[in-house]
Amino acid sequence: MARTLLAIYPHSPHRYDEMLAEKGSVRPHWRKFIGHLDSVAPEDMQERLEFVDRRIQENGVTYNVYADPKGSDRPWALDPLPLIIPHDEWSEVAAAVAQRATLLNAMLADLYGEQKLLSEGLLPPALVYGQHGYLWPCQGIKPPGGVWLHHYAVDLARSPDGRWWVIADRTQAPSGAGYALENRLIVSRVFPEMFRDLHVQHLADFFRDQQDGLAALAPLEGDEQPHVVLLTPGPYNETYFEHAYLARYLGYPLVEGQDLTVRGDTVYLKTLRGLKRVHVILRRQDDAFCDPLELRGDSALGIPGLINVARAGRVVVANALGSGMLGSGALMGFLPAICRELLGEELAMPSVATWWCGEKPALDYVRENFDDLVIKPAYPSQRMDPVFGYELKGAARTEMLQRIEARPHAYVAQEMVELSQAPGWSRSHERRLLARPVGLRAYAVTTPDGYSVMPGGLARVASGANARIISMQRGGSSKDAWVLAQGPVSEFTMLTPSLGVREIVRAGANLTSRVVENLFWLGRYSERFDDSARMLRVALSRLVEAGGERTPAVESALELAVRLHILPDPEEDDEIRAGSEHALLEAIYDPEQPGSLAGTIRNLMWSATHVRERLSLDHWHSLNRLQREQQAALKRHPTLTEAIAFLDRVLGVSSSLTGFAMDNMTRDDGWRFLIIGRRLERLSFLAQVLANFLRMASTRGPGALEWLLELADSIITYRSRYSRLPELLPVLDLLVFDDSNPHGVVFQASVLARYLGRMMRELGEAGDPRLGDALKCLRAFDLGRLEHLQFSQCRNCSPCEDLAVLLDELDAAAGELSDWLAMRYFTHVSDVSRQTMAL
Amino acid sequence: MEAIRYQVLHETRYEYDGAVALSQQQLHLSPRVLDWQRIEEQQIDIEPQPSWRRDGQDAFGNPVTWIAFHAPHDALRIRSAMTIAVQPHLPRQIEMSLPWEEVRERLAYTALAPRPEDLDAMRFLFESAHVRIKHELAQYAADCFPPGMPVLVGAQALMAKIFKEFKFDPEATTVSTPVMEVLEKKRGVCQDFAHLMIACLRALGLAARYASGYLLTRPPPGKPRLIGADASHAWVSVYAPGFANDWVDFDPTNNLLPDTEHITVAIGRDFGDISPLRGIILGGGNAEPEVEVTVTPLAEEEQEAVPEPSGKVAESGALQR
Repeated sequence: MARTLLAIYPHSPHRYDEMLAEKGSVRPHWRKFIGHLDSVAPEDMQERLEFVDRRIQENGVTYNVYADPKGSDRPWALDPLPLIIPHDEWSEVAAAVAQRATLLNAMLADLYGEQKLLSEGLLPPALVYGQHGYLWPCQGIKPPGGVWLHHYAVDLARSPDGRWWVIADRTQAPSGAGYALENRLIVSRVFPEMFRDLHVQHLADFFRDQQDGLAALAPLEGDEQPHVVLLTPGPYNETYFEHAYLARYLGYPLVEGQDLTVRGDTVYLKTLRGLKRVHVILRRQDDAFCDPLELRGDSALGIPGLINVARAGRVVVANALGSGMLGSGALMGFLPAICRELLGEELAMPSVATWWCGEKPALDYVRENFDDLVIKPAYPSQRMDPVFGYELKGAARTEMLQRIEARPHAYVAQEMVELSQAPGWSRSHERRLLARPVGLRAYAVTTPDGYSVMPGGLARVASGANARIISMQRGGSSKDAWVLAQGPVSEFTMLTPSLGVREIVRAGANLTSRVVENLFWLGRYSERFDDSARMLRVALSRLVEAGGERTPAVESALELAVRLHILPDPEEDDEIRAGSEHALLEAIYDPEQPGSLAGTIRNLMWSATHVRERLSLDHWHSLNRLQREQQAALKRHPTLTEAIAFLDRVLGVSSSLTGFAMDNMTRDDGWRFLIIGRRLERLSFLAQVLANFLRMASTRGPGALEWLLELADSIITYRSRYSRLPELLPVLDLLVFDDSNPHGVVFQASVLARYLGRMMRELGEAGDPRLGDALKCLRAFDLGRLEHLQFSQCRNCSPCEDLAVLLDELDAAAGELSDWLAMRYFTHVSDVSRQTMAL
Repeated sequence: MEAIRYQVLHETRYEYDGAVALSQQQLHLSPRVLDWQRIEEQQIDIEPQPSWRRDGQDAFGNPVTWIAFHAPHDALRIRSAMTIAVQPHLPRQIEMSLPWEEVRERLAYTALAPRPEDLDAMRFLFESAHVRIKHELAQYAADCFPPGMPVLVGAQALMAKIFKEFKFDPEATTVSTPVMEVLEKKRGVCQDFAHLMIACLRALGLAARYASGYLLTRPPPGKPRLIGADASHAWVSVYAPGFANDWVDFDPTNNLLPDTEHITVAIGRDFGDISPLRGIILGGGNAEPEVEVTVTPLAEEEQEAVPEPSGKVAESGALQR
């Protein structure tokens, strides 16, 4: 069997092969694994591959906001075969990576301090002063513990002679460690016996080192516990999956810039229970965007005043602001001398030969050896893909050379590296190993005892057999990297079966105001969507039943929809005749139309996206279905009848949304805000519907009370109680005063008051009394006043008007309550910080 | 020659449309100490009282103040007042400055330890947020810098060229107009001309700094009123090693070498480093500032009877924003 797999594995004379030694024999550390692979039956292997795919998909759905079912948001696919590295070899690599991290940290200390490297001529000032990534406001800041570089990644490649080389340094906010972790959790379950028998070193110790290292640096006061947060640019960032994944694994709250606020010398997290001091910000946001007060003023992502907190030494920003500049490939050529100067030792691992075009002799070299070089940007802030010299011919080459000569300091040229190759599992053949070029991204984190290096990393596989560079951009696939241990393996794990339980507790305590606000609005929009859909269905079905004729029932339903701003007001917009087919369809399908159903769906999706992590999979799928229905319908130019069918369908989805909210969510503060949002919206809707209904002349015509019952979803209840045509008194009793009808005003108001009361007690707050007062007044209304009223004939009669006024007041109290909640508990999301400038 | 003493008043007012819930501001309003500039008195009054304040120095050695407001407020008034003495310091014999190529060579990297003053100047040699370095800019300046031209004579020629070819037009640009657009439009204000001249000099491999400060508002009898006197002003400082102070100022907006009529507040790579008042507010709606600058010379006999600064602003009809 073994011969079969290896028989068609191509051996390359030009590359180092990770698995095969020169004469085609299997390297010792691969033998067991290949033996095992040969023994796995094809259908068994197929099952394992399916497990990989399913796992990636599940994780993707859990953590990715887009919930792409194919998981194609993942920048790198996963090849199930690990890259195996023997213990001794790794020791050298790890030592070199730790040395390099130490060196880069020392360079940051110098460059943001006394700048000896520049005054002694060890580094060209252009690579510091000439970089946008050198952040002048950070000059002179000394971070806690003298650590600038808290986490570091380095891209490594192996040349044909078997040596490891550095291709690139990542010092800004290195990504991929989360993917390495995910790969490990999957691949170790694909080959559990091998994982155990080969003594693969675990990753958990590395992440614990990271936690301990950050906690040790936290500038604590008194008996404070270290409060570490993971700062993400938000759900629209391409590596958001990783941020969410790591935050959960490390147990750090995942926050966005607007969740944090600076007061004087201190940065706080805004939580439901007030401001909570933050000691460490593990940032996945580029430094230039972190403080609009002193850095990029156009950034809405940042935390104004953060640099001042750093200046006072009262926060650890990891990595320190300004550290991204060391990602410049142009620095590489200067590192050996700098290493001797700063560390007094030789640089352990060479960088791939790099010429910075800002030096005249280097520029001449690049011009003469263009075919053998890769051209890259000199500064990490530049956006440019690597260009292969030999691929550029004629005009393209001339143009590139001109670009370099116009701004030589902005370019570097690197020697082309023949990457090593490793076996990958073919997805298109039944049972075959492919030889693919690989590179390795290794990681280091700071600890009180120096840098700790992850035993393994993210192995990257080029998509083609002949690729000469892996730029760590999207495309290709990734592998787990197995570093073998010499002795027994540390069994420490950060994954415990009780993680979910612990987390709910934590989520309750640290719930950020932004999450709570989005849940509140998710509740309001879910209900508003349901209300609008019902109103539109009432109007449309009346219109269609009447064969397009404007019966009194049609007129009154349309008028109410206008009064509720669900349909545009014909007086404000001359082009739209009230209730024209066009206007009705726009009110359903056009998201740009104010108050439209489609617009509400969009708002609903927006708030749901921001609390994606807290929604169940089914909940999320229903929301997606809703949006798909709406988008699909938009393309078809639906008729009114089709529109009614559409409303039926989305109302079905809506009731499943209600079910998820009631049955599937943890009953914490966040959930309560969601439910309060729903109750508040429905209360406000019902109060407005009934107040308008009582005042409108058109509702005195036939058919209005019927559609009112339908709108309030109470027609069945009414029929079962009265078995006769609707009359005003019993209808109002059911829709206003009956406290057992969930579509009744009093029911909604008292449930809302109860939820609020409970929450206020828990948060130790005195609630707003207005809602309770308004409810009391409404309850005191004497229904007997309506007893002998001839509804079809009354106009502006005082009983109707008095009741309408009481409903108005209840609606106003609900509105004020919403504003009060926003002021007291939420981030002012609608209020974005803005830059001001005076000369 | 005697120093000339000034009373300077720089007032900025924001009347916000709505309440500002949270505000943080960075102030570059306190003047820098220079060989020819002595600060006798200086203070900044702020209304409302900031919730927090820190004074310090920025990376370029300028005094800087940070303030924060944590309580809602609907207006902000910042009044910077100072008494300052400026010594005459016009450079003599600028034709004795080094040939410009020699300055350029000193600023180029050699792998040897640079001279301290050269390294200091290299901070002002590269691109910065408001100063792009483009080939077109070097071309524009080329005729001012023929081979062997003393660097300061070349800079003077460049200043004169900009003054002649560009029109002062406050409507043409904003604080974020790029230098290349200014070059194309041939219009702008002091800030634009300063950025343009700096960009041209850096494109040639020379070091140039951005200086911000004030001009004498009311000219002495018989002298014309300088342009840019009604707000804070900006000009250029050119690196000329071996010359007095190593740096010489040029004002391309007025085509002259600043002397006792220019009061320096701060120097940086460009406007972005030293904008007088830069802030981030939460809430407040529209926020257009009103700025008033008054610079009054103090004659010997007037010194005892310095009028109240606020009264001065109010009564002085000649002063505009």
